Amino acid sequence: MSGANKQKAAVRQRKMTKKQFIATYGSLIGLIALIIIITVIRPRFLGGANIRNVLRNASINGLLAVGMTFVVLTGGIDLSVGAIMGCAGMYSAYFAQAVLGYPVIVAVLIGLAVGLAFGLFNGFCIAYLRVPAFVGTLGAMSVADGLKFLLTDAKPIPNLNEEFEFIGGGSIGPIPVPCIIMVIVLIICFVLLYKTRYGRYVFAVGGNQNAAHVSGINTKKIIFSVYILAGVLSALAGIIMTARVTSGVTSTGDGYETDAIAMVVIGGTSLAGGKGRLWGTIVGIMIMQVLSTGLDMLGVNTYYQMLVKGFVVIGAVMLDSLSSD
Amino acid sequence: MSLIELKDIRKSFYGVEVLHGVNFVLQPGTVHALMGENGAGKSTLMKVIAGVHAADSGKVLMEGKEVEITSPAKAREMGIAMIHQELSAEQEMSVAENIFLGREPGKFGFIDYRKMYKDTNDLLNELGIHLDAKAKMKQLRVADQQMVEIAKAISQNAKVVIMDEPTSSITDREVERLFEIIRRLKKAGVGIIYISHKMDEIFQICDEMTVLRDGNYINTFKADEIDENGLIRNMVGRDLDTQFPKEHSKIGETILSVEHLTRANEYEDISFELHRGEILGFVGLVGAGRTELMKSIFGMTKPDSGRIVLDGKEVHFKAPKQAIKNGIAYVTEDRKGEGLVLPMSVENNITLVALADLGKGGFTQKSKETEVSAEQIKSLGIKVARPSIAVKSLSGGNQQKVVLAKWMISNPHILIFDEPTRGIDVGAKAEIYKIMSDYVSKGNAIIMVSSEMPEAMGMSDRIIVLSNHKFSGELDRSEFSEEAIAQMQFKYMQNKQGEE
Repeated sequence: MSGANKQKAAVRQRKMTKKQFIATYGSLIGLIALIIIITVIRPRFLGGANIRNVLRNASINGLLAVGMTFVVLTGGIDLSVGAIMGCAGMYSAYFAQAVLGYPVIVAVLIGLAVGLAFGLFNGFCIAYLRVPAFVGTLGAMSVADGLKFLLTDAKPIPNLNEEFEFIGGGSIGPIPVPCIIMVIVLIICFVLLYKTRYGRYVFAVGGNQNAAHVSGINTKKIIFSVYILAGVLSALAGIIMTARVTSGVTSTGDGYETDAIAMVVIGGTSLAGGKGRLWGTIVGIMIMQVLSTGLDMLGVNTYYQMLVKGFVVIGAVMLDSLSSD
Repeated sequence: MSLIELKDIRKSFYGVEVLHGVNFVLQPGTVHALMGENGAGKSTLMKVIAGVHAADSGKVLMEGKEVEITSPAKAREMGIAMIHQELSAEQEMSVAENIFLGREPGKFGFIDYRKMYKDTNDLLNELGIHLDAKAKMKQLRVADQQMVEIAKAISQNAKVVIMDEPTSSITDREVERLFEIIRRLKKAGVGIIYISHKMDEIFQICDEMTVLRDGNYINTFKADEIDENGLIRNMVGRDLDTQFPKEHSKIGETILSVEHLTRANEYEDISFELHRGEILGFVGLVGAGRTELMKSIFGMTKPDSGRIVLDGKEVHFKAPKQAIKNGIAYVTEDRKGEGLVLPMSVENNITLVALADLGKGGFTQKSKETEVSAEQIKSLGIKVARPSIAVKSLSGGNQQKVVLAKWMISNPHILIFDEPTRGIDVGAKAEIYKIMSDYVSKGNAIIMVSSEMPEAMGMSDRIIVLSNHKFSGELDRSEFSEEAIAQMQFKYMQNKQGEE
């Protein structure tokens, strides 16, 4: 009898782990399934050129999601990432115009400085002036949009310096430059989040800000810092995107904040803070990118794509909350 | 006929049986204590009665008829109300709106506020609760919010009221008022199930006690059949050598002195000295300013005036970080709110304070963290399956030990311990007291804020009493008596009493 009981308990335990398995790997399995389905219908999806294209786009859009992961882990949100991306892209395009003849580094640094400034602004408002993150970054979004339009009165900036364009469109060997940048950013962020004290404090602040404060952590500084990271990474994405489309256009980054949040939550990071994983965000980035490229190849109309993406986000989060109690 | 009767209730979670055939009988017009250590199955049993969990087997009889309580809504319908440990009122709504939430008087979706306020006032008067029906919940003290919950239960014609730790965060005087209400309910024939760790209260208010241990039904006693020690013996299944393992350690030189410390509306002109080897108790009513004073000593708030002298040097802490560097640790009264990062693992909680010392540069060192936290888990006797599990899955006593472990790693000299054993079962309490005694015997000092008189008197070498933000007296261990302390607690309360 006790043997039967033990067996029952073992089965139950396996069930538990199955649940945990889905919680942990559900989105990864979803991604693989998605790739298989699309490849079966359109084998050319796994062609070298297409893979490079998917990875290049994922690297650009994903930068926003990586920064957003840090912000969401502290229990915050950054709605301004898309607008910062557009604004920084526009300002770097301005300084990358071939006629002006500045070195590429100037355009890049100007763009990054725009991101840094917005990150400082967001971080200061949220950490020290106690503006709720949702409101503070909503305001910053509008400010960034305004500054972007004011620069050229909303006109595009064409004819960029060719070296600048290399940042977005170039490749080193077979590997697109944006992918190289993304890999470097990811390595830094993984080390930061999982190997340093700083990363632990990000989790602690998001898990319980009061307890973190009592434990001697400068919680305001941590909150301040994640918005700076998000701002700079958004600017980086804006610079790469501008270089890729070879002109500064004001529509760059429009609505990207929602995609970034979607990528983070698909990856299993909790909007309540303190719980999440960076590799999950990578899976989230890939799911969103494979979906849009794949659906394009299948000839699905953009508006239907929006419906699909919406349900994927809700489905992923549902799976996550149902499988973790 | 009994109000409610549970027969041979069994319940399993994930294949583990947590209730092994429990019996429980509640008579009308009585207060019945449900006793047991944390994890004994009290909460699960109550959730079976309240319709949250369904029993796997066994019978539930309500006034002699067998019933099935399939949901909390069904339980309410049958007249079973639960007053939760954590209050769940709508803070932004008024007293009346809370009492009538979900069954507001009126027609066509409109609320008849006049009737609602009138009914609420009638109800409160009948129960002898003096509260304004229009006051917002968030303006009320915890004790008053509890009264509102009780009034709500009564207005729903509750025959059985379950109270889970109703006195855990209210003052002694408020406890008296609560008991007054409970006595009224008794007279009206209501049966009350009372869960509490506080022995003196149990004997003051309860008629019967049922003891559970590890999910087993142990026995049911009449209040006059058993004493406190007998009850504890039944709960833990063994004799506790002594409840308070107070050792007389050598009192050494002054380590901390606080001089004329003042912060407006929190504490006024407080001076005291703390010595090595000493446990200094701080006693006072809730709101007397004890926790506020501790927060200033720990650098969480800034005093308006006065001096804090640590090891002969005056200090001005701007943040807890500086207090920690100077060897002060603070176990707060609010374990979940300020003590633990609940989604984090036990190990990461333990190493949170000392993380800088456990790594190199800005980097963490996993192996060292594992080693140090394993040491603490062993030396403090924390019961945990793996150090990597989330700390929220631990019992209250083990969680409190995790908080202690987090501080002990960095070898603080002064431990501020605010309500050391709140919400912790008897067995774990004794272990915490032992840890405290060991700690001071090594030449360290503890400032203990306690609202439990037996604990304060059992563990302190000296007690300082605060009353209404002011220093009201100091007693040496030889002078301890409940009367003396109670008198000091009320010393500066006269005016306030007049106002009420």
